[in-house]
Amino acid sequence: MGDLVKNSLTIWLIVGWFGYLILPWYMLEDGFFSFYWLVDGYPMDEDYSAAFMQVFSADRNWLLPLIFTLLLPLRALSLDKSDKRYGLYLIASGSLGLAYLLLQGFAIGVSGWQLSLFESYFINAEFNQYGMGYGALLYGLSMLMLLTTGLAARGAMKGDVFVTSSIGLIIGIVSVFVFYPVSQVLISAFQDNEGTFSVVSFIDKFFDDKIWGLACTSSSVACGIAWNSLMLAILTAVLTTGLGLAFALIVTRTGFAWKKQLRLLTVLPIITPPFVIGLALILLFGRSGVITEFVADLFDTEATRWLYGLPGVLFAQVLSFTPISFLVLIGVVEGVSPSMEEASQTLRADRWNTFKNVSLPLMRPGLANAFLLSFIESMADFGNPMVLGGNFEVLSTEIFFAIVGAQNDQGYAAVLAILLLTFTLSAFFVQRAWLGKKSYVTVSGKADSGVHMGLNPLLKMSCYAVALPWAFLTVVIYGMIMFGGFVKSWGYDHSFTLQHYNDAFALNWTEMGLVWQGAAWDSFWTTLSISAIAAPLTAAVGLLTAYLLVRQNFKWKSGFEFGTMLSFAIPGTVIGISYILAFNVPPLELTGTGIILIICFVFRNMPVGVRGGIAAMSQLDKSLDEASLTLGANSFSTFKNVILPLLRPAIIAALIYSFVRAITSVSAVIFLVSADHNMATSYIIGLVENGEFGIAIAYCSVLIIVMLAVIFAINFFVGERKLRRSNRLSIANKDNNNRSLKLQEAQ
Amino acid sequence: MSSTYAKGSVVFDHVIKNYGDVTAINDVSFTVEPGNLVTLLGPSGCGKTTTLRMIAGLEHASQGRIFIGGKDVTQLPATDRDVSMVFQSYALFPHMTVLQNVAYGLVASGINKLEAAEKSEEALALVGLHGYGQRLPSELSGGQQQRVAVARALVLEPEVLLLDEPLSNLDAKLRRQVREEIRELQQKLGLTAVYVTHDQEEAMAVSDRIIVMNKSVVAQEGSPRELYDEPNSSFIADFIGDANLIDVELVDTANGMANVNIAGLQKYLPAREFALGSAQLAVRPDAIELQHVSQKTSGIKGNIRHATYLGNQMQYDVDCELGTLFVVDYQLKQSLVVGADVNIDFADRGLVLVKAN
Repeated sequence: MGDLVKNSLTIWLIVGWFGYLILPWYMLEDGFFSFYWLVDGYPMDEDYSAAFMQVFSADRNWLLPLIFTLLLPLRALSLDKSDKRYGLYLIASGSLGLAYLLLQGFAIGVSGWQLSLFESYFINAEFNQYGMGYGALLYGLSMLMLLTTGLAARGAMKGDVFVTSSIGLIIGIVSVFVFYPVSQVLISAFQDNEGTFSVVSFIDKFFDDKIWGLACTSSSVACGIAWNSLMLAILTAVLTTGLGLAFALIVTRTGFAWKKQLRLLTVLPIITPPFVIGLALILLFGRSGVITEFVADLFDTEATRWLYGLPGVLFAQVLSFTPISFLVLIGVVEGVSPSMEEASQTLRADRWNTFKNVSLPLMRPGLANAFLLSFIESMADFGNPMVLGGNFEVLSTEIFFAIVGAQNDQGYAAVLAILLLTFTLSAFFVQRAWLGKKSYVTVSGKADSGVHMGLNPLLKMSCYAVALPWAFLTVVIYGMIMFGGFVKSWGYDHSFTLQHYNDAFALNWTEMGLVWQGAAWDSFWTTLSISAIAAPLTAAVGLLTAYLLVRQNFKWKSGFEFGTMLSFAIPGTVIGISYILAFNVPPLELTGTGIILIICFVFRNMPVGVRGGIAAMSQLDKSLDEASLTLGANSFSTFKNVILPLLRPAIIAALIYSFVRAITSVSAVIFLVSADHNMATSYIIGLVENGEFGIAIAYCSVLIIVMLAVIFAINFFVGERKLRRSNRLSIANKDNNNRSLKLQEAQ
Repeated sequence: MSSTYAKGSVVFDHVIKNYGDVTAINDVSFTVEPGNLVTLLGPSGCGKTTTLRMIAGLEHASQGRIFIGGKDVTQLPATDRDVSMVFQSYALFPHMTVLQNVAYGLVASGINKLEAAEKSEEALALVGLHGYGQRLPSELSGGQQQRVAVARALVLEPEVLLLDEPLSNLDAKLRRQVREEIRELQQKLGLTAVYVTHDQEEAMAVSDRIIVMNKSVVAQEGSPRELYDEPNSSFIADFIGDANLIDVELVDTANGMANVNIAGLQKYLPAREFALGSAQLAVRPDAIELQHVSQKTSGIKGNIRHATYLGNQMQYDVDCELGTLFVVDYQLKQSLVVGADVNIDFADRGLVLVKAN
């Protein structure tokens, strides 16, 4: 076993040397996946040469000290693992290497000194460097692994190198891709337009009338955008939670005939591109919408623009997020133990009292979760306010216009981002506080053989009355989306046409071979490939984190957990702006690349993988791992051979979710796309802004179909976990509950 | 100790295990001789499972040292220790076949697959499961799963075999059969084994030696007979076979025998380490003789408070001046009814002086 540790150390050292001596140290102009540099003057060309060459060919002699951190571990290789110096050497070189790498990266930028601190001490020199590339990446990774291997040798995590390295890796990437960008937002909010630190300018911007203005209460002037966002989010959350509960009660507590079809509704929000609903609403209720005109004809009134503004955005958001709260609440409503309700009834409470005093309080965590999710989703929602907002401005759109609009005020955007983050995080903590430490556990290990109580007639009728028209409306809207792509001009000319599909997805066969003629192909393939790369990475990072959280104990574990879950509470718009602020300049110069999109998706969707993994892993008896360990397998092969195979359902869920979310997300993406890497959603937004609804809708329908196909394909290829039915039955009940838990966390 | 360095020995040297402020194991030392089956016995929460897990390397000692086969393994993780463990839940990997389960450890230690499969078949045959290799664990009965777990541990030919309450998921009949099988295998293979249980009858049946633990420390260590006949405390006396604890007076000691006054009755018992004065006497339930008052007038007077018929024995709770005594009568010579007045006398065997806790 000791050999294995040494072997992995050797490999990481080779990686480090390889990064330092051979690979191009700096970011390449042509992109990460381009290998043009191999034939374009490598290794001598200054743009492509490795760090060691840079020292001599480009006089970048500050890269020379790095070599010592690669020499020292060579000495450790010859030592015994139990020798104290072995660990010390590794820790020293790893931590020094990382620290120096970061220091020089931040200190020296494209045009000399980047930190003003240094500028005042040294003469402004004639040197510069670019963003880090392959070489620096491998070197940094190698240093991180040396550090963790060293720590393990000194007894961290019971000497387990795999676990120590995994923790180190997760902390490393979360710091770089979550904490660092978010801190950049904080910093930039406190800078005035010249870039110097200023609390005054922060306060000025923060308390601007545009944000907090209350003039709307007394006059026709628009309200502050903070109030707009807050009001919208609260209304949306209340309505969706109520509707979701009505749906959940119908499915679980009544004899309704189409329960299965109703459950299908829960899949919709996951595969719906963000502004599809908004579009469909315009086509139905807009000024020239079908229903609007019909009503106008009927009552002979003037068609109005009521849809644009708060009512329309609210309408669209409630339509979009009700299925999410439905999904959360089904699990919770099912989870209320029937024996509790039976107990209440035998104690002479009638059905209404039982529902009010027993069932409903037990559903509190579910209601709180549904409320929180809808609240955050509404706050972060970008697509609907964009399409339907009109003069009704909210934080997420305002942030966007602060960056891309004429004002281009990053500081103002950062202030808004902080405000948005404050709202969502407070909602998060308020929810925690409200649920408190009360136990809502009603599912124990014991088999529970009761029957759920039916609803009393009045409650049942009101559920039907609220939910069924809503379900009908949803069906109509999705039908419209499919239909809308095939008519010439919705609302004016309903004759059948394939023109929109042809514009977007035309293929042509010429003597040059296949030509992807349609306008949408470019963004379509970018979207698919970036999502396909991001999905497995997301699942891997998420499940590894879940493994560490469930199976390992270490100091500051709750801090670790908070860090990995943080990006869940951060609205996409905030993530987007923070990535722009953080990765626009060296040492990590990623804007405009496809990589920044992939990274963004990985860290935005990671919490889902983590939650799903935690739920699934808590089901696996810990003695399975221990058995594997005492049988001589190390923790890496235990993870690989025992845990992963048993986690198949969670892996599938994580893969599907992260793939689909990468396709449908818009709020963060809109900041990060570039001409070379345009995503479907931002392309569609462009279409909507130009009023090309037909093509936009055609594109959305294609995306929906593709996502459905992928979901089936992933299910098919990853396959079932082979445990036989007999084994699954006994835990089937538990499985169900965990699934709903997982899904509720998933949102 | 020479055996300290022998293959298969386990030595705990002043081991302490803390979880935060809680001390799970407080200064525990013991030695397991090679080839012995030693049981860690004690009430739940006494630290016996923690001790076992420290031998396995699943927990690490906060202080003190642990040796296996003479080698200091205190800091060694589970993976690198030459021990294998049978878990209470069996912990069979549900996604692997029986054969894959048994071969798992062999494959992990780098033995080629063919050889591993061969050895695993042998191990399965050894536990009487020849031909079950291709099944999944879920297709076996509880007893069979238990044997797979044993085979999986045995196939590695570990220096020490650890068993964590291996029988607790089996029904009473099967439990007796399987424990005999385990003992037989262990003796046949000459394995060192450490066995954890809270069932004193099971411990007596399988062990060469028993280490009784209580409240994070070793309460007493010895052979089953030693523990029963010479308990060093009232806790041991009560835990290993029930005992009624009675306050008595040592009137006189001579030649290692003591004249004990039990509420007026005189008994001559081994004095052990006790001096004159008050002491505590452990009386086994079957060492108390009850008689109808009418038949005999000497002895202590009592009254039957509760009587239970169990087929092969009668159990009584008897109120008397010594308190309430628990009495078992295997003879069934007489059946006493609740409320009956009785005379209480003591047999010669089954009485032992113990230190009060």
